[in-house]
Amino acid sequence: MSRASQLMLARRKAGRWHWTDIAAYTYLAFGVVLMFGPVAWLVLSSFKTQAGLLEFPPSLLPMSQQEVMVPGNPQPLPLFEVTMEDGSKRVLAQVRRIGIQAQMVDPKDPTQQFRVPIDKRVPVRQFKLATENYTEPLERFAFTRFLSNSVFVTVVATLITLLINSMAAYALSIYEFRGKNTAMLMVIGTLMIPITIILVPVYLVITHLGLVNSLWAVILPGAATPTGVFLLRQYMLTLPRDLIEAARMDKASEWQIYWRIVMPLAMPALAVLAIFSIMWRWNEFLWPLAVLTKTESYTLQIGLNAFQGELQTQWHYLLAMTVVTLLPVALVFVFLQRFITTGIANTGMK
Amino acid sequence: MAQLTLSGITKSFGTTTVIHGVDLKVEDGEFVVFVGPSGCGKSTLLRIIAGLEEVTSGMIAIDGEDVSRLPASERGLAMVFQSYALYPHMSVYKNMAFALENMGLKTPDIDQRVRRAATMLRLTDYLDRKPKALSGGQRQRVAIGRAIVRDPKIFLFDEPLSNLDAELRVATRKELAGLHAELGGTMIYVTHDQVEAMTLADRIVVLQGGRIEQIGTPLDLYNAPDNLFVAGFIGSPRMNLLPARISGPGTVAVGEDGQVVETGIVAPLKPGATVTLGIRPEHIALAKNGEAGLTMTIDLVERLGGESYLYGSAPGLPQITVRLDGQTSHGRGDSVTIRLPIAHQHVFNEAGKAMGRQ
Repeated sequence: MSRASQLMLARRKAGRWHWTDIAAYTYLAFGVVLMFGPVAWLVLSSFKTQAGLLEFPPSLLPMSQQEVMVPGNPQPLPLFEVTMEDGSKRVLAQVRRIGIQAQMVDPKDPTQQFRVPIDKRVPVRQFKLATENYTEPLERFAFTRFLSNSVFVTVVATLITLLINSMAAYALSIYEFRGKNTAMLMVIGTLMIPITIILVPVYLVITHLGLVNSLWAVILPGAATPTGVFLLRQYMLTLPRDLIEAARMDKASEWQIYWRIVMPLAMPALAVLAIFSIMWRWNEFLWPLAVLTKTESYTLQIGLNAFQGELQTQWHYLLAMTVVTLLPVALVFVFLQRFITTGIANTGMK
Repeated sequence: MAQLTLSGITKSFGTTTVIHGVDLKVEDGEFVVFVGPSGCGKSTLLRIIAGLEEVTSGMIAIDGEDVSRLPASERGLAMVFQSYALYPHMSVYKNMAFALENMGLKTPDIDQRVRRAATMLRLTDYLDRKPKALSGGQRQRVAIGRAIVRDPKIFLFDEPLSNLDAELRVATRKELAGLHAELGGTMIYVTHDQVEAMTLADRIVVLQGGRIEQIGTPLDLYNAPDNLFVAGFIGSPRMNLLPARISGPGTVAVGEDGQVVETGIVAPLKPGATVTLGIRPEHIALAKNGEAGLTMTIDLVERLGGESYLYGSAPGLPQITVRLDGQTSHGRGDSVTIRLPIAHQHVFNEAGKAMGRQ
């Protein structure tokens, strides 16, 4: 704890505030707000009710109007603090609103009714988490199905990507064959082509293979990514050649060199690619939208899109499900980020 | 255990030829050292034998069987790399077992072989460690162990001691010699250190510029170098090589002032011909009073207790090194006369070839 406060209050010179300290903290605070502000807003807003979201002025915390059951009324009624004509204040429930007048009732004594101008009443609000934003889409809609589809696509696609890309990278960095450089150039060349350009031809291929509406249609076309091949190849080039040659002397086949020597040593690069692949796959939108047309094969991103109707957008569900969508990627980052930073393999060389 | 024959080996990288036709026969159980300055092609030659580089032309035969086109993995050789090249993600045990697993041996057999090698190399306590938790000397032993377990036809060593500190290098050198005596395998060892070459080798192959300069036992090379390069390369401190001119039958004149030194040979050479007179520092003696010899001025004296080195100069001659037993009273600036015993002289003709003695 003391270390944390020490870190948070570190200054150029102990006990004194230099102007650079203030400038640095201001700048950093600005950065924090810029980075975390939208995320914090998203998480807090995802707990607001539909009415709370549309409220003006907007509140940061999920507040909602208190409601109460009044005998004689089938629905719970919203509570207001009303300034009476004599200046006293009372807490009343609103039965209905007619123009600029509201018909109110005392919840303790339902026989007492009042007519109050609407500018004389202020809603009684309390902090309340609208967890139904989360539970309802997960129960009512097929969101768990979307979630499992997304998990399946992400996990399987990442595994395939790692395997295929590392094999290609091995061939392009360590295995010797004629035309290696040409192959490399072609791989790099495809880096320049965005998915939108090949969308139609790839779609045709997928249709002919009869894969439309299957999750494999999402997984397969993007399994070999030139970025991944390039990243892994560059890393594998830095592995000491002696190790590979030692393995060759040790009678290892190319496959064994790849699987038992190169793969374990390329772990840091594989972790980086895994993180990228998970993010790409999890957030992928355009391609799944093109090939997945049935609700049961939707991934999360496509499912989210369904909340955005032509006439009405269900913001409360959209925000809540966006949070659900963000969580796994955030977790992946938490667990794998050390691989990004550890970097270089322990080569065991002098 | 195997014999190795190289015939007419050449190697080019693009247009650059680095090995110019090497012929060599290594007998079964022999310890052969390739020695030469850096860039002489010794490591390339070793890698060609290993199969890590392809030959441009020529033939490599192991036990009479042509292996020139076989990949490294099928030649049945083992190599110890300069960097050790231990697999960093595997324990010492796994490092040694890797090749055996690739050979398809059964687990108990692998275990037995690894433990035997580990005992031989005093590695039994470290079998579970990763290479990075080992000292330089231990890593070196693991690298050797990895070669031993395979029971290869030929052991190849690529400057295995160059990453060790001086003390450890001497100790490991002795261990290697002991290992060769114990295992008796054919070993080919590359080094640029002529002391390693002299102490370890049954035969030394001196290379320069991709060519073999001389092949012979360490003492052959020391006693009868074929040419100037070998004369200068083998022996420490290096042989004194003095430019000279034949001045008469059995005599040469050295230096600017033409001091006359007696030599044994000259037969085919006419007076006036340029030669190089070579003599090792340990064979030079100080002349007693009145004895004829070469006069030089001492520039530097190194006193090591058991022996002393005088570094002297004479007009027109490179620095002359003299090794004396015991301790000397001579100091800087003294003028001394040195005797160059005919029996220990080497005379090289203008082309740098050694001339026969009479």
